[in-house]
Amino acid sequence: MGEEFVILSLVPLLIGILAASACALPGNFLILRRQALIGDAISHVVLPGIVAAFLVTGATSAMPMLIGAALAALAAVILIEAVTRLGKIEPGAAMGVVFTAMFAGGVLLLEMSDTSAVHLDVEHALYGNLESLIWIEATGWASLTDPAALAGLPPELGRIALSALFVSLFTFILWRPLALATFDEGFARTQGVPTAALGLALVMVAAVAAVAAFDAVGSIIVIAMFICPPAAARLMTDRLGHQIAWSVGFATLSAVLGYVLAGYGPLWLGADDAVSAAGMIATVSGAILGVACLAGPRRRGVSAA
Amino acid sequence: MLFDALTLQLGYNATLVAIGAALLGIAAGATGTFLFLRKRALVSDAISHATLPGVGLAFIVMVALGGDGRSLLGLMIGSATSAALGLLAVHWISTRTRLAEDAAIGAVLSVFFGAGIVLLTVIQTMETGRQAGLESFLLGATAGMLFSDAVTIAVGGAITLALVILLRRPMTLAAFDPTFAATTGMNLRAIDLATMGLALAVTIIGLKIVGLILIVALLIIPAVTARFWTDQSDRMVVLAGVFGGLAGYIGAAISASAPALPTGPIIVLVATALFATSLFLAPDRGLLAALVRHLRYRRLVHIRQGLLALAQGLPIYERYSLHLLVKAGLARRDGVATPEGRAEAAKALRDEARWAAARQGQSFEAAAALYDGLRPLESVLTPDELAGIDARLGPPKGVPG
Repeated sequence: MGEEFVILSLVPLLIGILAASACALPGNFLILRRQALIGDAISHVVLPGIVAAFLVTGATSAMPMLIGAALAALAAVILIEAVTRLGKIEPGAAMGVVFTAMFAGGVLLLEMSDTSAVHLDVEHALYGNLESLIWIEATGWASLTDPAALAGLPPELGRIALSALFVSLFTFILWRPLALATFDEGFARTQGVPTAALGLALVMVAAVAAVAAFDAVGSIIVIAMFICPPAAARLMTDRLGHQIAWSVGFATLSAVLGYVLAGYGPLWLGADDAVSAAGMIATVSGAILGVACLAGPRRRGVSAA
Repeated sequence: MLFDALTLQLGYNATLVAIGAALLGIAAGATGTFLFLRKRALVSDAISHATLPGVGLAFIVMVALGGDGRSLLGLMIGSATSAALGLLAVHWISTRTRLAEDAAIGAVLSVFFGAGIVLLTVIQTMETGRQAGLESFLLGATAGMLFSDAVTIAVGGAITLALVILLRRPMTLAAFDPTFAATTGMNLRAIDLATMGLALAVTIIGLKIVGLILIVALLIIPAVTARFWTDQSDRMVVLAGVFGGLAGYIGAAISASAPALPTGPIIVLVATALFATSLFLAPDRGLLAALVRHLRYRRLVHIRQGLLALAQGLPIYERYSLHLLVKAGLARRDGVATPEGRAEAAKALRDEARWAAARQGQSFEAAAALYDGLRPLESVLTPDELAGIDARLGPPKGVPG
């Protein structure tokens, strides 16, 4: 503990917690609005977004890629809506058409363009590389107050912290209209809430969270965190505020437990190498959901409670 | 090069892959139709992602038993087992808890996939694991495919297709009218299980060619594409099979024609191209047809309203109406009716008056419901009924010039 922890584990842990919480917050509303799979769609189209951004700018700097990913998410949402309305296709199937097509396009672009010189590949996009985000400049806990060392923090940490802040502010400020529109859209409209715009805003906020989290931890964790912690929280309580608190708690627990199990679990079992932290965090969140499904006090819904 | 590939002259292996992909595409399109009609298309996304831990575990078990670990059949059995578990989990969560099916699908696909990634990193640290190449199951890889693998895929695709043909009646019934199907003594759960089983089979067979992330596209896109061309379920199954087969065949051929063209994504993009073409060009349900219909309707409304304005001696404010009337020789540029225009206007006015009379009483209730402001009453009523109405209205009024 101490020096080694600060250098190797502090930053990945923080990033894991922030990414998990940033995704879990909008996930609560997506689950209640039966739009859980929008998160799935968004996280798939992030790949074509960053590949396109790379091909346009020719650089792997973060900002263009984040913008590219966000634009791809927006394009996906618009396309899904267009296919649903224009083609009169059921939304689930429309989503399936759009995100698989965009993902396939992304993979093809990636394979055909010369990205061997840069760190950009499908595996990385899927499960990120949380373990590599170490804080080399740190020398111990004292580095937390040392400006020179702080400047050497991985930039992913700042980005995910900003996004988490943005997502929290969005949830906090628009709490009442969001809750209204989620539970009774018709009533919300009579109260003057622009439900369609709010729905789009929610999806875009989810996209921001997904893109920032993707940057650090890969897309599979993003889907897991959109759905598993809020779903488990939904089985714990009937109150929206409590549900959101539970979901952030579950997300944090998944991130911490998953990171520790991935890093130290194999050592305890006698193996030498760590396993994928992103995969382990998703697995832990699934285990939490499993327990909630078996024992959550509100697992059967209001009627049976 | 592409022509060679399409005509199966690019070598033995490429030919096998193309035929296997075509069979897989046909089976996937036909199976996907039933998922789509039952509005459960995205369940297949959970199935396909849930195969990954099975692939990993099967590899570990086969190596532990002293085998090579890369036997496609063994990996397929493993992936089928874990995909079935994932399917059960989706079913269990959506029926036993308050969570909706979409949340269950998302949870299962991400958690199983995460667990699979953990297993892949475990395998990478194993002695034999470094060259396992299990990552190829994510996006599919046909380069260097063994003959036995290709045969496995082709046979699997053919068997699945045969099962779809065998089960098409009960699956169609369950998709359109579950309640009726249940009352005729069919076991709905068994039918649903069979549909899901077929989707699972397609997924497993497609792992090697298309990969587990994109196989869901082959189950969804051809079915959605077929929906644009027909309203009949039988034809839709056949069409979806054709679109799926075309996508598989053309995609595999294109990808064989040049290096660095990954098979799975190309197949999906060919399927998407077929979809986009149908979205725009399909008769009746396509966008172009809808646009033509809309423009034609707009034209009729404008002409009718213009004629009614002429008949009542009102100026025509809509420039498009006037333009249409001028073009048809019914009015002059300054908005004054030509003799033909006066005749047509009188006719339109008469029709409006007839409609108003018909819609007033109860006697023509059924006909009156057809009123849309365009359809002439002559086309709805018999000459005798029309004569009755005319008798009440008196002689037609002319339109002054």
